[in-house]
Amino acid sequence: MSFDEHVSTFKYAFPKTIPILAGFAFLGMSYGIYMNSLGFGPLYAISMSMFIFAGSMEFVAGSLLLGPFAPLSAFLLTLMINARHLFYGIAMLDKFKGTGKKKAYLIYGMCDESFVINSSTQVPQYINQGWFMFYVTLLNQIYWVGGTTIGSLFSSAVTFNTDGLEFVMVALFVIIFLENWMKEHNHISSIIGIVASVLSLLIFGTDNFIIPAMILILVSLTSIKSTVEKREVIK
Amino acid sequence: MMTITEHIIIIGVVVLGTLLTRFLPFLIFSGDKETPQYMKYLGYVLPPAVFGLLVVYSLRNVDLTSVSGFLPELLAIGLIIVLHYWKRNMLLSLAGGTIFYMILVQMVFA
Repeated sequence: MSFDEHVSTFKYAFPKTIPILAGFAFLGMSYGIYMNSLGFGPLYAISMSMFIFAGSMEFVAGSLLLGPFAPLSAFLLTLMINARHLFYGIAMLDKFKGTGKKKAYLIYGMCDESFVINSSTQVPQYINQGWFMFYVTLLNQIYWVGGTTIGSLFSSAVTFNTDGLEFVMVALFVIIFLENWMKEHNHISSIIGIVASVLSLLIFGTDNFIIPAMILILVSLTSIKSTVEKREVIK
Repeated sequence: MMTITEHIIIIGVVVLGTLLTRFLPFLIFSGDKETPQYMKYLGYVLPPAVFGLLVVYSLRNVDLTSVSGFLPELLAIGLIIVLHYWKRNMLLSLAGGTIFYMILVQMVFA
């Protein structure tokens, strides 16, 4: 790809990430401040943001560091909280094909928000999809690590009332869901996602509902496979 | 209290677990082999369900036992839906919903 093509791909990718810039600047800063309040300095906060790069897991990891030394349970907890990534991988198997050396980074940096943008954006013909996804992922990681850095270095300088700003991430997921809802031909998968998750949340509670929800989604989607395939031509 | 080495081990284990959840599907269905039909089907139908899961996941700590525990979320999401059907502008819906929510939790339900 030529330099000009990189510039145009970047210019196409950047605006798509602006909502994430807003959300991650805030959440990343919150994480830096949170780690500070637990007694961990910038080096901890920044390196955890950079290497783990999975928002909710980083908050949990902060509290794990204060508990007893239990690497096995930390590992299992990580698998449970991050199990949803398995679905992202399955959904992106074909989209990441042929992206060359970038592929490892695309997988490594596949946080919720990068997955959401990369899976829902239909790039025009003149944009290279692999590089588009690369820039989206890279920008998101820069926002997150940048936010954490600022938060952990200047946690005392925040003067305006930020209560409720964390809702920006909820808003983002609601909008992505809505946007997809307005585009899709039938809503069966969207409805299954909501119903299965709410059911699991009610039955298993806040801390344990993700894996049951994933199993329920998988079983439901599998059981309607022949119906969906009859109705729609699958690419 | 843990030592610094123990801290590094815990962080390393969390990194490893996260990497595993992200890389596993690609390791199983690797390389140039044609993706199996069933996985293609899942790749096609999973994203909408996952978007739904993410919505519920981000709202998992909402408290249904008191009005101030869920009403701000409910009203803000209502506004987002209205704004999005009206203008279909992502930034407008995002900023509108978030600022409205902040006003609600800071001034109305404080």
